[in-house]
Amino acid sequence: MKPVPSLSSGKLFDLAHQDANKCVQCGYCLPVCPTYASMGKETASPRGRINLVKLAAEGKIGILEHVAGPLDLCLGCRACEVACPVGVPYGHILESAKEAIFDEKRRNEEAAAPVAGKPGGWIARKVSGALQRIVTKHLFPHPRRLRLAGNLVWLYQKSGATRLVRRSGVIRRISPAMAEFEKVLPEVDSPRKRPRAGARYPAVGPKKATVAFFSGCLMDAMMHRTNRLGIELLRLSGCEVVIPAAQTCCGALYAHQGDKETARRLAEANIEAFERTGADWYVNNAGGCGAMLQEYGRLFREEEAMGKRAAAFAAKSRDITWILHRFGPLPFKKKREFTITYQDSCHLRNVQQVHEEPRALIRSIPGAKFVDYPGADSCCASGGIYNLLHFEESMRILDDKMESIKRTNASVLVTTNPGCLLQMRQGIARSGLGGTMRAVHLVDVLAEACGIE
Amino acid sequence: MIQQNAIGEISGIIPKERLFLALEDRYSYSYDASFGEYLPDIVIQPQSAGEISELLKIANKYRIPVCPRGSATSLSGGPLPVEGGMVLDMSRFPHKLVIDRENLLAIVSPSVITAEIHRKAEEAGLFYPPDPGSSHVSTIGGNVLENSSGPKGLKYGTTKEYVIGLELVTPQGDIIRTGGKTVKNVTGYDLTRLICGSEGTLGVVTEIILRLIPKPKARKTLVASFPSVIQSGHAITNILASGILPAAMEMMDNACIRAVEAYQPSGLPVDDAALVIVEVDGHPAAVEEEIADCGRICAERGATMVRVARTDSEREDIWKARKLVSPAITRMGPTKISEDATVPRSRIPEMLERLEQIRDKYKLNLVVFGHAGDGNLHPNIITDKRNIEEMRRVEDAVGEIFEAAVSLGGTLSGEHGIGTLKAPYMEMELGKAGLDMMVRIKKAWDPNNIMNPGKMFPKPGQTKVRLLP
Repeated sequence: MKPVPSLSSGKLFDLAHQDANKCVQCGYCLPVCPTYASMGKETASPRGRINLVKLAAEGKIGILEHVAGPLDLCLGCRACEVACPVGVPYGHILESAKEAIFDEKRRNEEAAAPVAGKPGGWIARKVSGALQRIVTKHLFPHPRRLRLAGNLVWLYQKSGATRLVRRSGVIRRISPAMAEFEKVLPEVDSPRKRPRAGARYPAVGPKKATVAFFSGCLMDAMMHRTNRLGIELLRLSGCEVVIPAAQTCCGALYAHQGDKETARRLAEANIEAFERTGADWYVNNAGGCGAMLQEYGRLFREEEAMGKRAAAFAAKSRDITWILHRFGPLPFKKKREFTITYQDSCHLRNVQQVHEEPRALIRSIPGAKFVDYPGADSCCASGGIYNLLHFEESMRILDDKMESIKRTNASVLVTTNPGCLLQMRQGIARSGLGGTMRAVHLVDVLAEACGIE
Repeated sequence: MIQQNAIGEISGIIPKERLFLALEDRYSYSYDASFGEYLPDIVIQPQSAGEISELLKIANKYRIPVCPRGSATSLSGGPLPVEGGMVLDMSRFPHKLVIDRENLLAIVSPSVITAEIHRKAEEAGLFYPPDPGSSHVSTIGGNVLENSSGPKGLKYGTTKEYVIGLELVTPQGDIIRTGGKTVKNVTGYDLTRLICGSEGTLGVVTEIILRLIPKPKARKTLVASFPSVIQSGHAITNILASGILPAAMEMMDNACIRAVEAYQPSGLPVDDAALVIVEVDGHPAAVEEEIADCGRICAERGATMVRVARTDSEREDIWKARKLVSPAITRMGPTKISEDATVPRSRIPEMLERLEQIRDKYKLNLVVFGHAGDGNLHPNIITDKRNIEEMRRVEDAVGEIFEAAVSLGGTLSGEHGIGTLKAPYMEMELGKAGLDMMVRIKKAWDPNNIMNPGKMFPKPGQTKVRLLP
């Protein structure tokens, strides 16, 4: 009783079958997969997911009925790619499958046929679907709207509305997960201090390089203080910093959900905006965005001219820790004794292969005692908006991780990606460490030690 | 197809979160690291010997095939549900790992990852030598049932040399213990040894008692490369004849060297025909002398390069390169047929020659690496299962590899197990009466043939492997 090969299985075959077929099913990915560890079944492992994609591409199983669920529960941390001895491009397989699922769902919606799937839980699906739509369609591709949203959060925090809203429980009624995260939102700086798009900041001392700064969506909207501090650190390291005005969202959110068209549109806008700066490096401070920027080449595989530009763009894109490490050392001013630990950003570590640089920077902070905790290289289960869509699954992984973090006795927990940062703040709150430990972006701690506010 | 009544009875024992019937879950337990895809009817994650006992009673009643499975890294098809039925995912069985320092034992549950035993034993100053390539992934249960071993077999023996006691759920659902906590034990038949390497055909192991040994005080590792494979074979036999018993002795041919370098550059000599790794361990003074002797013998046999690791990290680099071989060679083509024919160590050079002849005769991408010190070679054929004409040649070549090994006084399998692909050749090695004795043992243990059917024993009239349907 084989399902009839659908249109999307044909497309999936072209996109991913050859890559999925490279998997020799040796299982070397199993020990590094966070969802295999927490969910405890092969269906939630990289080897299992690759096999399901392969079977769907061969038309043996249905993509919506049998593959969408297990893939949806993947964090996309790509630790499996690093562990894979054969070099199976899991990220590409995952995105290809998401693309086929995206197509199939759209076709189903157009045909007004009911979406196949398991019975039950459709309310949760509806809510999370609506949430996903609002975030992805109406917020992220529009930098101005996002900035406005960030400003509203600032106003919300400053005006004292926070207490009122929390008491009313209105957010909890929309989404309990969102209510949990609202509680741990970082304090947003005044919009007046946000670095201006289009600005150019000179290097302090002799200029070593010109870097174009990628502001990011979430970073620019809510964590522009970190952006501002990052720019100051870059200047102190001898970099002239320009902020390309026409830049936009990196597109990761779309690529990961299979909306390749939107991802390409955003990528093109960014490539255009950054090329015009003539900068030596394109620097970002969000591991997830950085990974996307470095993989722009993949989006334009079929177009020669655009493909070349995307590859050149990718080659110049670097995480801020890489740049600071390369052009440092930083002029530290303060010495303070404290213990600090670090949570890798998966996409910084597994995709950009940057894991030594942030650690070296942390070790260079005067007075800081760095404790590298076991499991720092494994995903915190933030996973973009995974923690909102799959709150329970995410918290199970996070709570385990916090046990290990607790043992470091660190007072500072640093990360290099806004999503991970929010998740770490959640973890600290959940494990009752609120009084003794704070989570911050690495840039914030470095700035502190350099006496920048 | 499994009967509805049986599923009902199983649901009475196993809660639904540990019982999988969805197609995507069943397909996720349809493979291992070998060849083939077989869909089970149901997947269960048992949590106790008691549960397994109940399950096996149901299986016996309804004649449901039962396939125990660890991490499914098997290269011979051990966990594959070739006749459908029930997969018991033992990787989620409660983890127990107790090191008994006074008695030099480890008492473990089958779900424990082998590398975890290495780590815990070393923390206690002890040593568990068997170290299959996948020890960081594979479970000890899988290692015991397949009798896997890895590079340390030469000096320290294989997994079965360390298993002295087992708890087993029999096909009838009885929970029995074999052996115990004493190294010496001659009470009755040695069922422990029979179960080791029985590939899940005799029951489900639920606890294992392992013997540990004191950790060697020092070890030294060298890597040498040779202009011809045969010369490397002579170096290996000469070292063994000189009175040195290395802890490990590995070789890889040029194709393997290149594959590793292409995957992760490790500074290996890509122009040489073969590479040999030798490790000695023991008292520090003895180790120094022995590694120097090994280096000298390699040079005398024409080695173009001999390098002794000076630091732990240099030693780790050498072993890392070796561990990468098996998966790295797969990059040359999507399908890998991995064999482990083993010959007496004195016949290694001859076996290497025979393998070269087979490669040329069938014009296949046949590469060789392995635990040359104990005669356990890994001829691997890299191919593409979509190429039907080539797959037919692979089938013939595989048969000829087995013939070569057996005619040199060796065996079909040193450590991967018989599983599905080597079953047709059992009679070639064992003879009719020898194979019949095994069939009769199996029938006595498991009259309804529920435990891992379709493995180890050839189907009537089957004398040749069929890789394609």
